[in-house]
Amino acid sequence: MPKTKTPSKKKTRSNATAETMAAGQRDISVSEFFAKNRHLLGFDNPRKAMLTAIKEAVDNALDACEEGGILPHIYVRVLQINESRFKLTIRDNGPGIVRAQIENIFGKLLYGSKFHRLKMSRGQQGIGISAAGMYGLMTTGKPLIIISKTGKRKPAHEVVLKMDTSKNRPTVISDSEHPEDDTLFEEGHGTQVTIELEGKYQKGRQSIDEYLEQTAIANPHARITYVTPTNETLEFPRAIEELPEEPKEIKPHPKGIELGTLIQMIERTEQRQLGGFLTKDFCRVGATKAREISKGADMTGQTWIKTVGHTEAEKLYESIQKTRIIAPSTDCLVPIGSKALLAGLLKEVKAEFFAASTRPPNVYRGNPFQIEVAIGYGGGLGRDDSAKVLRFANRVPLLYSQSSCCSFKAVAETSWKNYGLTQPKNSIPSGPLVVMIHMVSVWVPFTSESKEAIADYDEIRKEMKLALQECGRKLGTYLRRRKRMARESERRSVFERYIGEISRCCNAIVGADTDKLYKALLKQAKRRTDEADSQLDDEGQVVDNGGRLGSNEGVIIVDELQDIPDQDDTLFGKTTKKKTKKKTTRKRGKK
Amino acid sequence: MAKKKTTKKTTKKKASKKVPVKILGKKTMKRVVDKKRDAATVKKIETLTTSIVKKSLAQKEPTFEIPIRSVTNMKYNKKKRILEMGSNTQTRSLFNLGQSRKFMQSLLLAKGCKDLIAAEKTLSLRGMYYMGLHTIAGTKEKTFNDQSESDGILEDLEVSLDGLREELHIFAKKRGTMVGNITVVDNGDEINCRKMGSGGYAIPSICEPNVMQFKNCDADFILHVEKDTVWSRFNEDRFWETHNCILTEGSGQPPRGVRRMLHRMHKELGLPVYCLLDCDPWGHYIYSVIKQGSINLAFESERMAIPDAKFMGIRSKDYDRLDLSDDVKIELNDRDITRAKQIAAYPWFEGKREWQREIKTMLNNGFKMEVESLITKDISYVTEVYVPQRLKEGDFLD
Repeated sequence: MPKTKTPSKKKTRSNATAETMAAGQRDISVSEFFAKNRHLLGFDNPRKAMLTAIKEAVDNALDACEEGGILPHIYVRVLQINESRFKLTIRDNGPGIVRAQIENIFGKLLYGSKFHRLKMSRGQQGIGISAAGMYGLMTTGKPLIIISKTGKRKPAHEVVLKMDTSKNRPTVISDSEHPEDDTLFEEGHGTQVTIELEGKYQKGRQSIDEYLEQTAIANPHARITYVTPTNETLEFPRAIEELPEEPKEIKPHPKGIELGTLIQMIERTEQRQLGGFLTKDFCRVGATKAREISKGADMTGQTWIKTVGHTEAEKLYESIQKTRIIAPSTDCLVPIGSKALLAGLLKEVKAEFFAASTRPPNVYRGNPFQIEVAIGYGGGLGRDDSAKVLRFANRVPLLYSQSSCCSFKAVAETSWKNYGLTQPKNSIPSGPLVVMIHMVSVWVPFTSESKEAIADYDEIRKEMKLALQECGRKLGTYLRRRKRMARESERRSVFERYIGEISRCCNAIVGADTDKLYKALLKQAKRRTDEADSQLDDEGQVVDNGGRLGSNEGVIIVDELQDIPDQDDTLFGKTTKKKTKKKTTRKRGKK
Repeated sequence: MAKKKTTKKTTKKKASKKVPVKILGKKTMKRVVDKKRDAATVKKIETLTTSIVKKSLAQKEPTFEIPIRSVTNMKYNKKKRILEMGSNTQTRSLFNLGQSRKFMQSLLLAKGCKDLIAAEKTLSLRGMYYMGLHTIAGTKEKTFNDQSESDGILEDLEVSLDGLREELHIFAKKRGTMVGNITVVDNGDEINCRKMGSGGYAIPSICEPNVMQFKNCDADFILHVEKDTVWSRFNEDRFWETHNCILTEGSGQPPRGVRRMLHRMHKELGLPVYCLLDCDPWGHYIYSVIKQGSINLAFESERMAIPDAKFMGIRSKDYDRLDLSDDVKIELNDRDITRAKQIAAYPWFEGKREWQREIKTMLNNGFKMEVESLITKDISYVTEVYVPQRLKEGDFLD
């Protein structure tokens, strides 16, 4: 054991007193904090920063359109100014923003409508777009330019914003009124943001292209126009013409809060009596349930909130855990839905088999959530690589931190071998497979503020796995059937091959008519293999024409690749050259 | 008969364009042809084919039955003391993926046999393989991948036609040699087995009465030894001359020709058969095949088995009795042990106390011995001492 030595050289220490220290202690502005820790928001490197900026703007745009009941058309333009400098323009056809709010929304961190409510939306905290603006300002010194128009007869405002990071306050540099600008906003309303920032453009994984493509999958009701730095225009068309239902705002569910939160709620409530507090501040608690909970905590509905202290709150918390309360209402969740999910996947992924499944809503920590899974298999997908996992949260694609994401883990934990796929140990399956996992929730538990990965809650992972298994079973049925069909056609060809020989032999031995015999045997061979073609599948139903898969809502089987709209430079289109020659599958269930 | 068949053939063969193997016109050669038997065989082939054609035209599944050649369909006839084939059959059908190819092959070979019979020629198994071999039109698939495939089909054909291989004009590769006090007529040629030099007379694959006749036999018994090396020793020592016998050898498991030859000499000439085989499960099994017939050819047992054949040695007790050196021991391996137990459990060995004792002694010894082990005593010990002594004592296993 080395002896612990006291340092021979005495360090000069500041020996600060409480007073001297107090001099250095002051408020830290949120914006200042994030300016220093921009990686927390997803602005770690130029490439990611540019993607994050676009992502935040597009998310906001989609949210705004949906809230305004407008079918979104998003225009994204990435203009390269020089080697490392880009100008991003994102325009939507949303309801627009009233003049007074523009600087707050774009120039202030943690300002927004979404943080204080439990409602399903893409954005959550109100950090994103202002952080993007801040990043642009820091790297290029150029301000944000916002043009917004709220109606046909109203003027379009152009606001140039800078933000004061130390005060978390926006500074308006210029504010001009555009005359009615119909070229920008064809529908008479919308918002356009322009950010200049330091960035790096690269195609492939985790690129802007990939983000927009996946956004198009998860938002089949949106039309996205994308102008790339090389001045190409990519159009992601709309797959369905109806807006998703508007999600409702909800109150917290009693089962979903922790003791600390409960105490906080008790401190902040406007209610004066326990009964009122329980029924008004929570969802799914009526008078009876309130009485039951109060009774369990040795209180009544008339107990004054003021008298509820820490010990009482603890009792109340325990009582809540014991009481049976129905799960939170789920109309606050709007999943994409199997049909729309398939439509989205079908237009962007060149696969031959699609299956989707939407789980019933569930609750984690009192927050309702719902899991949807869709898979695409075969067709033009890469045959030798491992499967591709597309992760989404509230319709937003998640591109980074894949392996720490709950959904990725769920894919790896599911046993795909049961469904006829190969899967290395502790890994995602390999083969021509795309797995899409979507979580909708009033509050998606991200692992960090940059919203890259979903936190690993047992409830969430379980639901994900169940949904994956459901899709997996459909895939398994399809693959088994495909295998059997291949076997049948092989069988037929074997028979056909030998029939000629046999007819000739019979002719040589007993002089039977070769042609007649050949035709008779061929007829029989066809009959026998036809019977086998329509044989019962494992579940006991005839597969062809309205069989189990054929009538399934959540399944699309594509016969030939040309059924899928052509798109060249997508990440899924790389291996399209391998044409599938399968003739046995028939087209079913096409929308 | 031959002419009649030719006319029949021309009318029937009109429609067929492709005959894979052309059989050249038959010149008058010195050959024995049993026309009656051939006609019967052709009839059998035609009956089988006709039933297939009828089924096919009636849109029924074309099938034919094959008696099963396996232990499960085997029974031991205690009265005749031979193995017989049971009545179980398997169905071979065209529309069964596993059997489709075999079905086609069966017909190909049936056709081949008919052509052979019509040409009054015989072919080897390998010859038959080439006769049926061609590439299926429009594919790269060959009708036969190798000879073993066609051999199996021919055996199936034999049993399902209830016709012998010889009747189908097919012979196996010949194996086995003989020498001794006998003259035979083979395909019209007189062969004096006393004057066969050191090589001996190769027993042909087909030893049917129409091909092979016996003439002038002075021998008192037949000594069958397991393999060529031992046989050469006996021949060189002119054992057959000194003991007035016929000396045969079957190169291990004796082929059909040898067995048929032994059977016929035993039956027709009344010669007892003694077997000198190795003291191991394989030797015991060879004896069992000679005596009761084999499982694979159970349908021919009646024509091949010699229930009165005797087992002369090597006996497991010989190690002690003859005071052999330790060097001759060959350790029994696991497979030998299981095989020995299997043989002991055969119904025809089951009730024989001596045989049970013999096998038990061998297992207890834990080693096997070859006939050649006697050479350690003296080069000609086997011919000069061992066999004469056994013959004198009449010390055989039955």
